[in-house]
Amino acid sequence: MTDSPTDPETAPSLAMVGVAYAYPDGHQALFGVDLRIERGERVALLGPNGAGKTTLVLHLNGILTAGAGTVRVGGLEVAKRHLTEIRRRVGIVFQDPDDQLFMPTVREDVAFGPANLGLRGPDLTARVEAALDAVGMAEFADRPPHHLSFGQRRRVAVATVLSMEPEILVLDEPSSNLDPASRRELAEILTGLPITLLMVTHDLPYAAQLCTRSVILDEGTIVADRATRDLLTDSDTLSRHRLELPFGFDPLAAKAAMQ
Amino acid sequence: MGAGHAHPVYRERRTPVHDVPAHVKLVAVVSFVLVVVATPGTWYPAFAAYLVILAAVAGAARLRIGFIVPRLVVELPFVIFALLLPFVATGPRIEIGGISVSETGLVAGIALLMKATLSVIASIVFASTTSPREMVRGLERLRLPQILVQILTFMLRYLDVVGGELKRMRIARESRAFTARHLGHLRVLGHAAGALFIRSYERGERVHLAMLSRGYTGRLPVMEQPRVAASVWVRALAVPAAALAVLLGSWVLS
Repeated sequence: MTDSPTDPETAPSLAMVGVAYAYPDGHQALFGVDLRIERGERVALLGPNGAGKTTLVLHLNGILTAGAGTVRVGGLEVAKRHLTEIRRRVGIVFQDPDDQLFMPTVREDVAFGPANLGLRGPDLTARVEAALDAVGMAEFADRPPHHLSFGQRRRVAVATVLSMEPEILVLDEPSSNLDPASRRELAEILTGLPITLLMVTHDLPYAAQLCTRSVILDEGTIVADRATRDLLTDSDTLSRHRLELPFGFDPLAAKAAMQ
Repeated sequence: MGAGHAHPVYRERRTPVHDVPAHVKLVAVVSFVLVVVATPGTWYPAFAAYLVILAAVAGAARLRIGFIVPRLVVELPFVIFALLLPFVATGPRIEIGGISVSETGLVAGIALLMKATLSVIASIVFASTTSPREMVRGLERLRLPQILVQILTFMLRYLDVVGGELKRMRIARESRAFTARHLGHLRVLGHAAGALFIRSYERGERVHLAMLSRGYTGRLPVMEQPRVAASVWVRALAVPAAALAVLLGSWVLS
């Protein structure tokens, strides 16, 4: 890689270098994380509970600030002075849609982000409609979120960040609590999005279905970074980091089935 | 609480009353109530006229008497006070059915009852033709401070979520054979209330995080709202204007 890391045309969607972080109570969560995600890549961030996955995600949009190291999103450094632009570029979908959807109607919620960026009038309406279309929820625009099913709420949660036209979409446990049909529908939507994707999960079949590359974060460092298929067939590495394939799941058969 | 089936008062429909924007309706209701309250308590024909005006509005909103009357129970504290007045007030006394009551107290009690009933009916007509969301939006257009608008907005959104948590906690308690029978059980309910508070507090923190992640800077973005035509204002304000005309008419005649 010889190109400049700050050139917006060629810069990777995400470049983390030596990111370390300790919480104010002294507990250190990240110990020098290096992670580079090229534009358009789909990466699964795997790891057991308490590995530091959520802490890492909160560094991407400057909610937490690294004690050491740098985070760049599309070439722009995550720092106080361009926080608004960083938060436009990084779309985080949190795990519980009831946390993500805080406005009284779906339309207002999807409009929240772009309106904070200064969009008004027809531009804002167009953004909202495009985002809801992308997740197949356009007809629910005027519903209050709590009248939607859990799967529908999760799709709306994805729309609330798509409407900001992010550089990278970050999903925290996107498949949790979904019934099988909602899970498949969400996968179909995510595969269709032309966007860089970072998916935090311990749902390994979902990682296999959606992401070509996987990294394992354990005890605050990246301990593996490989093609998802290779990683999921390496049961030694998986078990060393408290990851397991569900009973009866064969990653090679799954791969073959997808082709 | 937005849609019809979840709400005890709001009826989702399309009528000329429903279609009036919330802030216009709110101004109309408050002005109407002010006129009612300003009317001297003994001008009974005026109060009858107000009731006719309200009935016309309720009719236009397609609200039945059977819908409005049960919802008048919120008025109960006033009713009790109004019923007590003839007995506790002083002044000249008169006999009604063999019971001696204060005349001024009786008059004041009737006036209170009429004014309270009319005001509550007006509020019920407003509440059943305006969704809670529209009410908050209306208050926002009437320049209610942003912080209060935000508190009301979040209350609307999370009331059901917190209510759901409360219900799940109750089911979990009862599934382990707990029913509150004596005072000692208050301790258990106290713990439940505490747990609910902490859960809600933590949810508040997560919601705030989600808001920051989407560029929240302290204000909720205002969705563009269409300008209200002058004719709509005129139509809505015709209701308190009619009441005012009744008041002034009664004043001239008296």
